[in-house]
Amino acid sequence: MKIKTWLCASALACAGFAATAVPAIASDAVRAAVLRVEHPRPLPISRLDLPPDDLGFAGGRVGTSDNATTGQFLNQVFETDYVSVPPEDAGDAMEALIADGYQFIVTMADAPTLLELADAAQDRALLFNATAPDNELRNVECRANVVHPGLSRGMQADALAQFLVFKRWTRWFLIEGSHPRDTAMADAYRAAAEKFGARIVEARVFEDTGGARRTDSGHVQVQAQLPVFTQRAREHDVVILADESQVFAAHMPYHTWDARPVAGSAGLRPVIWHPAQEAWGGTQLHTRFTRQIGREMREEDYAVWLAMRILGEAATRSGSQDFTTMRDAILGGGLEFAGFKGQAMTLRDWDHQIRQPVVLAADNIVVSVSPQDEFLHQFSPLDTLGTDRPETGCNK
Amino acid sequence: MMRSKSALALLASVATCVGALAATAQTVYVSNERSNDITIIDHATMEVIDTIPVGQRPRGLNLSHDGKYLYILASDDDTVQVMDTETRQIIHNLPSGPDPELGVLHPSGDVLYVANEDDNLVTAIDVHNRRILAEIPVGIEPEGMGVSPDGRVVVNTSETTNMAHFIDTESFEIFANILVDSRPRFAEFTSDGSLLYVSAEIGGTVSVIDPSVPEIIHKITFEIPGIPPEAIQPVGVRVSSDGSKVFVALGPSNRVARVNGETFEVEKYYLVGQRVWQLYFTPDEKFVYSTNGISNDVSVIDVERDEVIKSIQVGQLPWGVVIADH
Repeated sequence: MKIKTWLCASALACAGFAATAVPAIASDAVRAAVLRVEHPRPLPISRLDLPPDDLGFAGGRVGTSDNATTGQFLNQVFETDYVSVPPEDAGDAMEALIADGYQFIVTMADAPTLLELADAAQDRALLFNATAPDNELRNVECRANVVHPGLSRGMQADALAQFLVFKRWTRWFLIEGSHPRDTAMADAYRAAAEKFGARIVEARVFEDTGGARRTDSGHVQVQAQLPVFTQRAREHDVVILADESQVFAAHMPYHTWDARPVAGSAGLRPVIWHPAQEAWGGTQLHTRFTRQIGREMREEDYAVWLAMRILGEAATRSGSQDFTTMRDAILGGGLEFAGFKGQAMTLRDWDHQIRQPVVLAADNIVVSVSPQDEFLHQFSPLDTLGTDRPETGCNK
Repeated sequence: MMRSKSALALLASVATCVGALAATAQTVYVSNERSNDITIIDHATMEVIDTIPVGQRPRGLNLSHDGKYLYILASDDDTVQVMDTETRQIIHNLPSGPDPELGVLHPSGDVLYVANEDDNLVTAIDVHNRRILAEIPVGIEPEGMGVSPDGRVVVNTSETTNMAHFIDTESFEIFANILVDSRPRFAEFTSDGSLLYVSAEIGGTVSVIDPSVPEIIHKITFEIPGIPPEAIQPVGVRVSSDGSKVFVALGPSNRVARVNGETFEVEKYYLVGQRVWQLYFTPDEKFVYSTNGISNDVSVIDVERDEVIKSIQVGQLPWGVVIADH
């Protein structure tokens, strides 16, 4: 695989480009890049969750192959570059990509980095936010040159909430981590509870006291501590975990004081994609992916793959490889994307979020897919997930 | 495709209309992709008469033109099983390439074209000598298969590439591609070969194609009160032999549409079982059977009475259906 670890390749690239330096490369190919910004993150609790080296890039490769197969019938060519950089080099890396004619850039970056990139790129690039779930990016901090193929926290929380309300498990014991993104996820669950008629009967914060994730002592302390932590909660139907930082969630099932199911960051999880999602032709995507990559498709891979397929669809339908033509086709909102989740995905014109179903998965199986049939909407049931048009804070 | 109308069959249907049970058998074969079996229904009584265990994940079904053999596309076994319809025994397998999903039998009766969903191929199989004649590279996730009545053109649809590929049956090469809407599932020619219908599951449309150019001359759209547009997902398509009636299975909207073959207007929606996949006419074209994937049944549409007259419980997750006139 072609992974380019970012170095300041040329003095010119590192000097930074003026905003007017629009590349004059003829559109003989659809050039896209996956820009993975390596934010330092602690290791996951389970070694089975360790991120593979090609996380996200693999989705780009399979998506590019998919596009190329269609492209051969239309004389369209798709070229994708893969760049991995530390946060401080992200801006330079993007400038170099744009200078080389890579104007469609899929970012795997946190929200502040994404915003810096978007503001620097202006109309010279179209960014696809694969991994930043922040609701703010779809609201007050939305940008005209950013599309969100990945899920927002709101979509995840709403998807789970619909299922739990369908189950009549409406009394929630919410446990949130102590990092800002955990709080943000917990806020999304609070909003979802209000939106769909559930109640948070108890809320606790699990403080991250640091330290290594995996030790030789294993589960011994966990077994003693977590039951006590969850003791004497008000009567609840389900425990909801908001632990994006992955500090404690993976340990929580079977260690709660009361015998209650666990959902959210562990147990029943709202995800964009799952290796067991075989309905709606999903098996074919898994087969292609594992044949080409040699492992299962992760959530990040799916989000990047979806971004690639959006490009493929734009090129096919517009009959063009030109950046401006394709960008206008994508942002015009008339395109439909097939993502193996049972219905057409489209672009929300108010915040550029891709509307899509959310998979609810536990362990090795798909439990359900939201939106649930019981929740109606005057326009699209998919708009019951995340920020709907009337609530949008986006003024791009 | 069964288009012959024998006098016997007509007689039988008259008998059915007056409420008596027809003496002439029309036999319905339904593949159940989950329970790995074929349900056999006697159309005269509309009752299940047998269930035959077959390979894993049977989906597409095709009949030999004389009705003697049933070709069963056992997707997860990567093979086409051949059942003798007389003895109901699997007599041999055909080499099909991986994951065969839907097939179409050439008018000669000699070559079965199957879509290998997992492998971006259409495989042409000599059904008599049981060998592969050609593997034709197509788009991603090939599925729908149609053949022109003169046998010159096989059309394959690819679900992720969103195209109908026109394959020359002499050279086994693609000579034209038509872009249709998202996730095309099925291709069906009219019996005079003048039109080709291609359904698009996610796009929610059926493209009407003039295959002589080829180009899309019309797109059929569907609207069902109270059903969200996302749930209207066209899959199976069957056209009456005079071209006047086009039946379209609409997936999770649980409806089959009847479209006027001249104006392309939708004239009627029939409420059938859940997630309707495929359709087939009885040989006399007086009835249409639909396989309903989630409700584990088939629905019978009486074309003359213009209504659904019966649901018949079959195996788990019924998928394909064909009907023989004996």
